[in-house]
Amino acid sequence: MRKLLPLVALLFSAGLSSPAWSAPADDYQAAYAKAEVAIRQADALKNQWTTTLSELAAAKKAADAGDFDAAVAHARQAEALANASIAQAKEQESAWTKAVIR
Amino acid sequence: MIRAMSLAIALSYLWRAVAFAGEPVNPDADFKAFRDYFTKRFPKVSLNDFVNGPYSMDADLRKQWEEIDAFPPYQFAVDKGKEMFETPFRNGKTYGDCFPNRGIGIRQNYPYFDTKSGEVITLDVAINQCRAANGEQPFDYNKDDMAALTAYMAYTSRGKPFDIKIPDDPRALAAYQKGEQYFYTRRGQLNFSCASCHVQNPGRHIRTEVLAPALGIMAALPIYRSEWGGMGTTSRRLTSCNSQVRAVPLEPEDELYRDVEYYLSYMSNGLPVSGPGARP
Repeated sequence: MRKLLPLVALLFSAGLSSPAWSAPADDYQAAYAKAEVAIRQADALKNQWTTTLSELAAAKKAADAGDFDAAVAHARQAEALANASIAQAKEQESAWTKAVIR
Repeated sequence: MIRAMSLAIALSYLWRAVAFAGEPVNPDADFKAFRDYFTKRFPKVSLNDFVNGPYSMDADLRKQWEEIDAFPPYQFAVDKGKEMFETPFRNGKTYGDCFPNRGIGIRQNYPYFDTKSGEVITLDVAINQCRAANGEQPFDYNKDDMAALTAYMAYTSRGKPFDIKIPDDPRALAAYQKGEQYFYTRRGQLNFSCASCHVQNPGRHIRTEVLAPALGIMAALPIYRSEWGGMGTTSRRLTSCNSQVRAVPLEPEDELYRDVEYYLSYMSNGLPVSGPGARP
């Protein structure tokens, strides 16, 4: 047992420093920051979706309640929706002409 | 010979680049195409009746509207608007001092392109400009006071044909085209454009509502909506449409909203002002 202790300590400290063990709050902060970047881009294009902002608000609410798994999920969904709205705006820059009555 | 052929080929490429590099803006051609589209699609609707929106599309709805109109739900707003219109500002002047013809019977000329500021000016914006020029606070573009005042001014203009002008100014053409672009651009998580409902599906239902045709759609504004239980301005209608397709609305009277009002009002030229209106 005493011979195994250093090995156990080594394995434990490796586990603590691996990415899989990073603080959940940090994951949330990172996901939220990425969502905010995408949301600002959508704002600049004047093409924000209401559901994007709802998801971001839900992320913050979950984080405030300490549920970081849910907070990360909501933040990533907000980022995805913001990116979709950006793609929509860029596609529509030219696509709108196809709908015009001629 | 080779030089002549090379020149001919170069010119043909140049012609194609010019012809397809973005069609020139032609409001008159757009107007004709827009009018033809709706009159051919709805041959039984008389031209002037398009200003009645969904009531021109659905006989049962029209019957209900005609009965409601015996006691118009917007009458309270018109009466309040008249009182506001005639009440002097603190400096003694009135709205009549700001507008042509003392502000009576002028709704059909709005919006207009202001060559001084380089922007489209709607009636609502002009009202707040008048208030600012006379030391008064502006009205909220979405709220009852603006709705009442514009309801009264529309009421004094009923029957007058829309007469929206695009001056010989590239900025005016640009505003017109931005309005056209806004109208046809899909937005929101539901990926609808204004045209999705009002060009592709007028007369059809969206949930319980009958969709109005885009031709004449500005003529009845401001409107009393049963859904709102009150009067609403153009801004209120545009912002609520945006929300309904899950798009975050712009600020009331944002430049793009004014541009789309300019475009749609130009498409209504010749049609009579029918506002204030009542809608479901």
